[in-house]
Amino acid sequence: MRKFLEGSHAVAEAVKRCKPGVISAYPITPQTHIVERIANFVANGELNAQFINVESEHSAASVVLGAEACGVRAFTATSSQGLILMSEVLFNIAGLRLPLVLVCANRALSAPINIWNDHQDAVALRDSGWIMVFAENNQEVHDLIYQAYKVGENPKVMLPVMVNMDGYILTHGMEPVDIPDQALVDKFLPPYNPPYKLDVDNPLSLGLLGDPTVYLETRYALQKTLEEIKDLIPKVGEEFKQLFGRKGLEFVEGYKIEDADSVILAMGSVCGTVKDFVDKKREEGEKIGLLRIIVYRPFPKKIIYELLKEKERLFILEKAISLGMEGPLYTEVKSLFNKPSPKMYGFIAGLGGRDITFNTLEEMLKVGKDKEVSCYFLDVDHSLLKDEFYV
Amino acid sequence: MNSMSESTISKHFEEHFFVSGHTACSGCGQALAARLVVDAIGKNNIVANATGCLEVFSTKCPQSSWRIPWIHSLFENAAAVASGIEAALRYLGKIDTVRVCAFAGDGGTADIGFQALSGMLERGHDVLFCCFDNEAYMNTGIQRSGLTPFQASTTTSPAGKVWKGNWRLKKSLVEIVAAHFIPYSASASVGFPQDLQRKVKKAISLRGPKYIQIHVPCPLGWGFDSSLTIDIGKKAVLSGLYPLVEYEGGKLTKVFKLSQKIPVIDYIKPQSRFRHLLKDEEALRQLQKVADKNIEYYKLGEV
Ligand SMILES: Cc1ncc(C[n+]2csc(CCOP(=O)(O)OP(=O)(O)O)c2C)c(N)n1
Ligand SMILES: [Mg+2]
Repeated sequence: MRKFLEGSHAVAEAVKRCKPGVISAYPITPQTHIVERIANFVANGELNAQFINVESEHSAASVVLGAEACGVRAFTATSSQGLILMSEVLFNIAGLRLPLVLVCANRALSAPINIWNDHQDAVALRDSGWIMVFAENNQEVHDLIYQAYKVGENPKVMLPVMVNMDGYILTHGMEPVDIPDQALVDKFLPPYNPPYKLDVDNPLSLGLLGDPTVYLETRYALQKTLEEIKDLIPKVGEEFKQLFGRKGLEFVEGYKIEDADSVILAMGSVCGTVKDFVDKKREEGEKIGLLRIIVYRPFPKKIIYELLKEKERLFILEKAISLGMEGPLYTEVKSLFNKPSPKMYGFIAGLGGRDITFNTLEEMLKVGKDKEVSCYFLDVDHSLLKDEFYV
Repeated sequence: MNSMSESTISKHFEEHFFVSGHTACSGCGQALAARLVVDAIGKNNIVANATGCLEVFSTKCPQSSWRIPWIHSLFENAAAVASGIEAALRYLGKIDTVRVCAFAGDGGTADIGFQALSGMLERGHDVLFCCFDNEAYMNTGIQRSGLTPFQASTTTSPAGKVWKGNWRLKKSLVEIVAAHFIPYSASASVGFPQDLQRKVKKAISLRGPKYIQIHVPCPLGWGFDSSLTIDIGKKAVLSGLYPLVEYEGGKLTKVFKLSQKIPVIDYIKPQSRFRHLLKDEEALRQLQKVADKNIEYYKLGEV
């Protein structure tokens, strides 16, 4: 069934078909449409689930944690301040090895308060042990929900998955979305049946005190699982493709990179703009391409290295920054290459919802012609910075 | 190990759902109370436990004292995790056969966990929340909480040349909880184990959110001999400083009458956290006034 949907509703339709037993969330723009639509499904009997209206994101994450610990599939969604408020619980969920799925409608962090899109919220959680994926469009975010549960709930994985979608740009943007039949989803995603859970017939203690003799091994195990997932992810993507007849989960997407000498790296919906920009530059005779990173954690080190090691220039375009350092993606990509390596240029753009346009991208290429930069802010309005208070 | 002691041990494991071998201090009131609570509820019970002494001393990996399903997540979210467990049981159709408890210390209940608790009560989850009230943040070394009593010396409200210990009255949490108009909100004491177990059984016979705040003397944090736990617990009640009350549907329905009222000095004398009051008549008089007010307000003396 093909429907014209805003991204939030594309998420809700997928969540409904995954049949979670417990849903809990707290309102925050631009996430709210997702849970409002899910609440509607529950209110109308289209989805049999417990919908828990909590008093904070901290409790939303804790409610779904409790449900997952009972072996019940659960869902939550949030954004920005909500994600950061949840952060304590999110680390905990990964440590408890509970395969929750969370959708983050990516939004800037306060102060100043700003409800528009960038990736700072999710990127701040990159060390939490969650699997993290970034969608480019509404169809992809819809499809990622099914695959997120499938990957996370694999008994060899048992890890939570954060599905990221750009706030407003995707959550509120309308696109046609192919929605599969329930029967097909049921075939792809079996009921959740975890190897451990809270059960009175087999009483386990979960969340024990891990002293210095055991704690380190729990972190080692998390890291090992995230490394080993590398084989599972393309398998799940392939299975999805076979069943649904659409592109499945992949670590990265290369766009016209085979013969390119310059490659732009980016994540999320801006890649749509970048693809158009690549087409334009190719018409002008430049050999340029895009490498879109879909799976940000586990970070696809080998894949990126193999695809890009022979390129001349890499333009890393980020909507987040590790303040006092540089864009985290730039740091990570740079760490993959020994000399001789491609020349690398780090750019910060689009923070707090600033539009990334062809002009932005032209400026990026122009800066790259002159010098190697590690943390260059694009589209800065220097007239706003005259006040000595700011600089 | 001979077969006799083996059978003694297995009997012990059969009879209790919270078993020994944990690392609590000797005379820990909280360990005693936890066992009384889970034994009163029985096998079909899932516990969500907040960070704090109880969680730390009962589950040092790979060991656990719990013989019922038990989970610890964080310090402030026991009520929310319990809400999620309850929702899952509802979804699974098991809500009529399995009970849910949340356990937290006074800090995890009255302070950092208060928002999650209020949310759980307001949403009407079928959960029994037990606050093990040892009247300070004990796990981190005896810091003041919102349930630390008036004038008690803690490491962050020390009695000194200027300060006379904690300068605020204990938060009226049993009443605040009752004001959510839930089926049951009560205080109890490990010093009166039968009364405590009666309240637990009463609570779990009711559907919806229930709250029991259990006074659990702490030898280390309060500075008394570890053989005196039960005695001190009794004296707190008999002095009027820890009134045992029951609210049903927001209404005060029962109080524990004081057949033999004692002066607060008898309660505080063995405890070093109140030592500074022994040399300060005025301060002691003020504490006695708190007890007298409780006795008057709850009519504890009228038989
Ligand atoms: C968010 C957070 N803040 C602080 C702590 C540190 N902490 C752990 S236990 C504890 C004290 C617990 O006090 P209480 O709830 O009264 O339980 P008790 O140990 O006294 O039984 C504190 C402050 C923590 N674990 N998490
Ligand atoms: Mg305490």
